[in-house]
Amino acid sequence: MILRLEDFYYVVGAILAIVAWMSATDRSNGRRWTTALFWGLYALLYLAGEALPPAFAGAVVVAMALLAGFGGVRSGTPDVLPDDVRRASARRLGHWLFLPALAIPLVTVIASTLLKDVKVGELFLIDPKQATLVGLGCASIIAAALACRLTRSTPVQAMREHRRLVDALGWAFFLPHLLAILGLLFTQVGVGKAVAHIATSYIPMDSKLVAVTVYCVGMALFTIVMGNGFAAFPVMTGGVGIPVLVGVFHANPAVMAAIGMFSAYCGTLMTPMAANFNIVPAALLELPDKHAVIKAQVPTALPLLGVNILLLYFLMNRP
Amino acid sequence: MQSAVNLWPLLGVAVIIAGFLLRLHPVLVVIAACLATGAAVLMPPLDLLAALGKAFVETRNLPLILLLPLAAIGLLERFGLREHAQAAISRVRSATAGRLLILYLAIREGCAAVGLTSIGGHPTMVRPLMAPMAEGAAERQAAARGAVLSDAARQRVRAMTAATDNVGLFFGEDIFVAFGAIVLMQTILRAEGIEVDPLHMALWGIPTAISAFVIHAWRLRRLDLYLAREARK
Repeated sequence: MILRLEDFYYVVGAILAIVAWMSATDRSNGRRWTTALFWGLYALLYLAGEALPPAFAGAVVVAMALLAGFGGVRSGTPDVLPDDVRRASARRLGHWLFLPALAIPLVTVIASTLLKDVKVGELFLIDPKQATLVGLGCASIIAAALACRLTRSTPVQAMREHRRLVDALGWAFFLPHLLAILGLLFTQVGVGKAVAHIATSYIPMDSKLVAVTVYCVGMALFTIVMGNGFAAFPVMTGGVGIPVLVGVFHANPAVMAAIGMFSAYCGTLMTPMAANFNIVPAALLELPDKHAVIKAQVPTALPLLGVNILLLYFLMNRP
Repeated sequence: MQSAVNLWPLLGVAVIIAGFLLRLHPVLVVIAACLATGAAVLMPPLDLLAALGKAFVETRNLPLILLLPLAAIGLLERFGLREHAQAAISRVRSATAGRLLILYLAIREGCAAVGLTSIGGHPTMVRPLMAPMAEGAAERQAAARGAVLSDAARQRVRAMTAATDNVGLFFGEDIFVAFGAIVLMQTILRAEGIEVDPLHMALWGIPTAISAFVIHAWRLRRLDLYLAREARK
């Protein structure tokens, strides 16, 4: 492979190291040393990664969590252009401003669909298994270059802007990663089995509607706890779906699986554990209420969960 | 033999729920849940740290999608991307926040359904383009009634923009045959001795996908009514 996902880990590591350096030298930030330490440790995990002893990496993760959790990660005062300068620049550049922004999805799509199978000699141009992420990496670099050229800025300015946005995210940036490792840990120790055990031993599932409801609601609740439908699906399908819905009520497995996964996604819409989708956007959009996105989603997720229960009830015996 | 199931791992789940209820710092809650889970199954501390470290290193791909586009987006924002997005939409007379977001929902869900999940996303589309456009439209809606957009209404529009991106992505991608969820479902059912055609699972996802669109689009129309009500206040 010519371009691998691992190459972008070094890019990210370098970016985080630059963020750490910029934080350390930013006198406007009252907590600049702890902030710099946090980003520096993050950079270390990307740059050294597999080379570190796992227990040491784990200790670094805990240290970062303590730094973030006790308010050690703050943002500096961002240097933004005054409003009128920015508006004038918006008028001058006009629709051209959209070009680099739209280049990100377009180049990503091109890379992940068309370039996926392209070989140069014996080697794949990009890692076919990680085509989307590698494509996004290439797209981001191309877009940054276009943006620099369009606004006549330097890569250093681009890094300053990068740091401004990373600063605005702060600990929200770290949370999805932390929740992912909690999810892996939960799977490892068997939280899923315990939940399925409780669901099946305390709820009588001799009516079809109750069984369908337990399956769909369980899928959503389990996703709320784990933050990830992919963790809920095997547990609920193994615990309720296959033994009860297929075994007793002769459900079509394809219908059960499809609607079960969508019920899990209803849970994803309602949980802070799905930080990437629910907490990070609130930080990105500078919303004072960290749960504003979840609150906006609950009135869509709950009726949809109800619809899923009805759909599964009426469709599951179709061949 | 049901009694052989170990219920202690649920301690970690309890810590998470308690932490969120008490509104403690999420990062501390999660790390406490990690430690509680390890302690509940009597994992030696060094093994627990090693498990955390290994999991962290293995999931390094997660923040990429968030981190990589920020340089380009930040630079464009510095030179007025958001202001231009707002100005551009406010010239379209028929644009309302609700209608704009319904259109975005349709595009997002449609693209995800054919596998183009990377069109959209919070750092690449929502923050720089869709949220400013929806805000721009909402501002024009308020101005047409001689009012200014309140902070609460502005935040509601932003939150609904992020929600629209999520709904479109989630309920679109599951009807694309090559998507990871379909592959996961097939693998798990196969391990249980059930063989299913991925195409069938994708097809049976369509009724939910349509329902998701109808429900969320209806809520986006209600967003316009809410904005009209706010402007009258």
